[in-house]
Amino acid sequence: MEEIKYIEPSQLRDEMLRLRNEKKMDFLENLIGMDWGTPAEGDAPEMTRGLGVVYRLESTETHEHAAVKTSTLDREHPQLPTVSDIWKIANIYEREVYDFYGIEFINHPDMRRIYLRNDWVGFPFRKDDEPEKENPLNMENEETIDTTTELELNPDGTIKNVENVIFDDREYVINIGPQHPSTHGVLRYRVSLEGETIKKIDPILGYIHRGIEKMNESLTYPQTLALTDRLDYLSAQQNRHALCMCIEKAMGIEVSERVQYIRTIMDELQRIDSHLLYYACLTMDLGALTAFFYGFRDREKILDIFEETCGGRLIINYNTIGGVQADIHPNFVKRVKEFIPYMSGIIHEYHDIFTGNIIAQNRMKGVGILSREDAISFGATGGSGRASGWACDVRKRIPYAMYDKVDFKEIVRTEGDSFARYMVRMDEIMESLKIIEQLIDNIPEGPYQTKTKPIIKVPEGSYYSAVEASRGEFGVFLESHGDKYPYRLHYRSTGLPLVAIMDTVCRGAKIADLITVGGTVDYVVPDIDR
Amino acid sequence: MEVKKKPKIKDIPYDEFIDNDSLEKLVKELNTGGANVAIGVLDDVINWGRSNSLWPLTFGTSCCAIEFMALGAARYDMARFGFEVARSSPRQADMIMVCGTITNRMAPVLKRLYDQMADPKYVIAVGGCTISGGPFVNSYHVVKGVDKILPVDVYIPGCPPRPEAFYYGMMQLQRKVKIENFFGTVNKKEKKPEE
Repeated sequence: MEEIKYIEPSQLRDEMLRLRNEKKMDFLENLIGMDWGTPAEGDAPEMTRGLGVVYRLESTETHEHAAVKTSTLDREHPQLPTVSDIWKIANIYEREVYDFYGIEFINHPDMRRIYLRNDWVGFPFRKDDEPEKENPLNMENEETIDTTTELELNPDGTIKNVENVIFDDREYVINIGPQHPSTHGVLRYRVSLEGETIKKIDPILGYIHRGIEKMNESLTYPQTLALTDRLDYLSAQQNRHALCMCIEKAMGIEVSERVQYIRTIMDELQRIDSHLLYYACLTMDLGALTAFFYGFRDREKILDIFEETCGGRLIINYNTIGGVQADIHPNFVKRVKEFIPYMSGIIHEYHDIFTGNIIAQNRMKGVGILSREDAISFGATGGSGRASGWACDVRKRIPYAMYDKVDFKEIVRTEGDSFARYMVRMDEIMESLKIIEQLIDNIPEGPYQTKTKPIIKVPEGSYYSAVEASRGEFGVFLESHGDKYPYRLHYRSTGLPLVAIMDTVCRGAKIADLITVGGTVDYVVPDIDR
Repeated sequence: MEVKKKPKIKDIPYDEFIDNDSLEKLVKELNTGGANVAIGVLDDVINWGRSNSLWPLTFGTSCCAIEFMALGAARYDMARFGFEVARSSPRQADMIMVCGTITNRMAPVLKRLYDQMADPKYVIAVGGCTISGGPFVNSYHVVKGVDKILPVDVYIPGCPPRPEAFYYGMMQLQRKVKIENFFGTVNKKEKKPEE
């Protein structure tokens, strides 16, 4: 269980600045909106009520953690101070909280909805909101709005509405998406151009927002597992691993060593699968169609292994609370052992056909540079962060499963450009193979499933656990009030920070570079929108 | 009247397809007025060509889109059946495979894409989410079945469907195309919307 310190909204900014400057907490891991309901008779004095936010911070120097929460009782116009000037990622996180809970952040430059339509009524994540009743399916095309509002705090304490312009009338704005082959899903960008040069990017999200977090609040714990695979389907194993780990930690369930081995191997296979798909998609975006076939050819071999043991190719549903769904297939070890030399023997083909290509090099080297400071401030974890010199691998930072017992290298590069992001992934395939090689011969005997009760009730409190998913840190924040349903289940999206960096990274680049950068940072849209 | 048209798919016998009843019902409906012999033969020729070069729109919102990509790659290779020319513009596509969940925000966009496609056009609903809402049926932001906004020709269940299931669904669409009266019904100009 995690202790979260309560701070009054009036002191929030001072405390946050102190944590940032004195404690060097430069990585805002999560910013989670909460609805703790209205005060009732018989509340314990330390109980938090109202609409609020939980902040989870980490220092990249000392690796210290801090968790802070704040709340306001006003449900008509809930207002909290912004932290978007302290951490850049807070900008997009606070918009998310505004969208779901209606909490307005004072001095936030851009208080627009992010996932839902501009004309949406109500705030769906509030416990007393009925989103479906007030929002029937609207087939009218959505108006695009070029202005946004900011709540400015006057020196005398009153609040003034200021209108900020996103794109003015003289700017040349083009629309990319939501139906565009190289946005990797249904992401929409509005891009302001000066000739061919990008001046500003405004991402518009929510075209695949399914409200998974809200749905979780009315599902039992084993049922919530089913939806994690559908967040980032290329990190299906890792996502589910994170949620299972979180619930197991909360319940105090010990999983057997065999399960830990199986989970680690599966996670790494999934990572290779994801990186191969990354290679295939990136090369296709850049016009190398043959390379696309290479990636998919070898990816099918991993899917075969998955299918034999788990029964699914993409949505795998393998991890369960306390173990895995079924024991590994008798062929599993043999198949994996065949795959390792095959993959390490064939990877040179990938480099021959694409990495060394002069067009690929020209399009990737020096394009879309993300500095280390920005990577941390935006919380861009995973391969994109490591390419900028930030050693952010959860497997090394907070080892879980078998990762502290195996020997592997964390791939870190310092260039921060598209080519570095690409090479990090290619090198990680080799590291993942190395991890699997160390584990595959030593899978110990033991049960594949610890016995759990049919109805799981997680003890009261809040819990957090994180794994290194294929494209960054995937975290699960669980707040339980002792029921069989979670009170709040929040997933730290791996892709949302990667979309947030697009504006910073692409400014000054050419419009064609937007496709390169989007391909190399590697986001999956259903994971961003959740 | 006896059903004359029996759409043929190479190497798969007619009786191995399930759901032949609805196809025969459709044939009966189309033939109620009777058809000119010359036009009937022309229909067959044109439908043979049309059914073997159905160009899909590259449209995918989530998981099913990855399986759609796997279809295009080497192992499953949809080029064998004439589906390989995936177009990124709706104006060049014959059919739209709705791969993945359709949310309330996406619904008007999807409708617009469908409207932009040229007639004759077909819709395949792929996966549980597009058929009924699937695992997200209780969500506040998911369209419970894409047939609420588009006329669907073929449903392919699964989460996501296996590539083989994609083929089965695509062949069912080919059969449907083969029995149509191109000159009589399908090729009719769309009526102008009433003012």
